[in-house]
Amino acid sequence: MSKPNQEIHNCILDGDAGKTKILAEKIVNAGSNPTEALQPFITAIRHAGDLFDQGEFFLPQLLLSAKAMQAAMDVMFPSSEGKSAARLSRGTVIAGTIQGDIHEIGKNLVCALLSAHGFQVVDLGADVALDRFVQETEQHKPDFLVLSALLTTTMINQKHLIDQLNDKGIRDGVKVLVGGAPVTSDWAEEIGADGYAPDASRAVALAIKLLDA
Amino acid sequence: MTEHTLRPKLTIISDSFVDDIIEEAFAILDKVGIFVENSEAYSLLSEHGAKPIDSGNSVRGTGKLSFPKSLIEDALKSAPRTIQLYDVNGDNEINIGGDEVHFDPGSAALYIHDPSEGRIRKPVTNDLRRFIKLVNKLDNYHIQSTALISSDVPEKCGDSYRLYLALKLGFKPVITGIFEKESFSVMKDMLTSVRGSESALKEKPLAIFDACPSPPLMWSDLTSHSVIEAARAGIPSEFVSMPLTGSTAPITLSGAAVQHAAETLAGVFLAQTAQTGAPVIWGGSPSAMDLRYGTTPMGAIETMMIDMVDVAVGKKLGLPTHAYMGLSDSKGVDYQAGQESGLGIILAALSGVNVVSGPGMMDFESCQSLEKLMLDHEVCGMAYRLLNGISRRDDLMALPLLQSLPKGGHLLTNPHTLKWFREEISFPGKAIDRRARGSDKLEDLQTAEKRAQAEVERLLTEESEPYVSTDVSDELDRLMVEEIKRLGGAGLPK
Ligand code: B1M
Repeated sequence: MSKPNQEIHNCILDGDAGKTKILAEKIVNAGSNPTEALQPFITAIRHAGDLFDQGEFFLPQLLLSAKAMQAAMDVMFPSSEGKSAARLSRGTVIAGTIQGDIHEIGKNLVCALLSAHGFQVVDLGADVALDRFVQETEQHKPDFLVLSALLTTTMINQKHLIDQLNDKGIRDGVKVLVGGAPVTSDWAEEIGADGYAPDASRAVALAIKLLDA
Repeated sequence: MTEHTLRPKLTIISDSFVDDIIEEAFAILDKVGIFVENSEAYSLLSEHGAKPIDSGNSVRGTGKLSFPKSLIEDALKSAPRTIQLYDVNGDNEINIGGDEVHFDPGSAALYIHDPSEGRIRKPVTNDLRRFIKLVNKLDNYHIQSTALISSDVPEKCGDSYRLYLALKLGFKPVITGIFEKESFSVMKDMLTSVRGSESALKEKPLAIFDACPSPPLMWSDLTSHSVIEAARAGIPSEFVSMPLTGSTAPITLSGAAVQHAAETLAGVFLAQTAQTGAPVIWGGSPSAMDLRYGTTPMGAIETMMIDMVDVAVGKKLGLPTHAYMGLSDSKGVDYQAGQESGLGIILAALSGVNVVSGPGMMDFESCQSLEKLMLDHEVCGMAYRLLNGISRRDDLMALPLLQSLPKGGHLLTNPHTLKWFREEISFPGKAIDRRARGSDKLEDLQTAEKRAQAEVERLLTEESEPYVSTDVSDELDRLMVEEIKRLGGAGLPK
């Protein structure tokens, strides 16, 4: 690995958003092609994801790496160029815990791992109203909607959301992935979701598989 | 001569450390405040002296409130020191307070571990039935809990349906809780129908409602509602604050305990504003997060240490206590399940936790197992034996016996042995293997799970009488059918 690339790698793995941002600014100021220049950042963040999967990286480290990556993306692809950033990333994701449900740790983990594997993730938080999911989907046209539910009483809102997407005629434009402790693959099938994952690593694998399909 | 020298007790924190935790919790309530998401709770708390922190509050009728120390101190004075629970017939008083220890199965499992099908699956009515019947038979569980969520009724009545079955088929008092605000009233009606009237229910509480604050420092709409309604009905609320270290709470065990105290004190205050003298239990289900996987282990030693500190704080404040201990994160009925649950049960007993919820549960509070419940029951028995301590039965404890013993003799038929063997030594059920080995083939050596399975099936084949009268049973049916229909279901599952 070249020295500058090594530096990028270290900054991302150290979760140092400040330094990563400075490196990204240097690249932009030097007039480099951001698309090409992003590659070492992507390599680094995927490495962070792999280290987490292997149990060598702890959750706080992974989250800091994802933050550092985001800092670089913000500099290299300011919002007007968001589209090209999206193309560069593996895919775009809108995620949230479904209406009525405030459990958010699992969802946070899924978001962190997706980011760490190069997806661009917008996390809407917990107890996200169905309307908000619909609006965001209409506006941002993400590749994936990731819906977490931890209660048997809120799972049903995953179905209601899919129904609303159908009613609005925007269901086909997005892949809906569901998860959370009471959710099963049978449930995903029953409500017409595109996929179910039992944990964060498998959510990443599922998203990658569906993109490749 | 029968002299109990000591009831074994374990303290892992000094008295002054406990005082510091309490003081810092008061400071948090005053300086940082608690976010109250329920408008009725917000009004009640404000009327009783809590101060809005953020100016937007008054418009929304919810938001962050600050609690001066004196308010909380008054609330602590009016909360009862002990609570009495009674079974469905109003008998068998259970005292919750002091250092008394009562075990109940871990509550609200999403899944059941089913060895006969060799898999984990969603529970159905028959699983709840079997579970409740088994708890009826296991004496070391003084309280039952609505332990499984049945998947064959509409999800929205998952909370009331489990209480319905517990009251219809079980006899012990119940620990339960709501998943939906609307469920409280029908669940209260069910309890009232068993007792005969609202005042009789107040006089002889039959159920405890768990209510979890949301870490950090929030009381949600749902759980505030539960606390208020329970206080008014005289139903004890058990606050289950669950700081998760390094995630929704400080990473330090003591920091998590401070947060737990702040959230729980706010609960005590809320209950007292709804009804002075409302019975409350200082409970908790903290977890030392595993930052490799982002999971919430209940079997971690640090989780148990936070529980023990939380309970020490509750005792110092003079309240009845609870902790989620005696569970495991294992996915099977194996060494890890036994080690984690056994450790939790013993530590809880030694800490004098009044209500210990957890037996049977595994996989981070998400899966119940009848076989594990059976095995944990044996450990609860051992815990009770431990608490009875070592008694001095004789002035001279061994000398005369050994003096009278001829060479090569034994004490098996000695009157002293016959007099004391049942009191000195406890005898667990068949799930615990203490027989001599009958074979050297591993396949013949039964695992704990297999032995427990056989015991479960044996106990479940025993007939048992219904505990509630036909009238009450019919009324429970009526309430349940109405609720299921209200929520779009057809009626009771077959
Ligand atoms: C593709 O999309 C995907 C893919 C995979 C996805 C995905 C999306 N989302 C998740 N995944 C998957 O990947 C993640 C990582 O590998 C995994 O995520 P998990 O979220 O499963 O795992 C996390 C990493 C760690 N796990 C967790 O964070 C959840 C742990 C348990 C103990 C839990 C917690 C911590 C909490 N709780 Co609550 N809580 C329980 C939980 C028991 C359990 N084992 O699930 C459960 C879910 N809770 C329950 C209950 C009853 C409640 N809780 C409540 C509150 C809370 C707290 C706020 C106190 C707290 C959450 C804190 C927070 N900020 O998130 C209340 C409800 C509040 C509400 N309206 O939402 C309340 C109703 C209790 C009350 N009456 O006060 C039970 C559910 C019962 C039911 N009917 O469904 C429960 C099973 C515990 C129990 N046995 O009682 C996978 O599921």
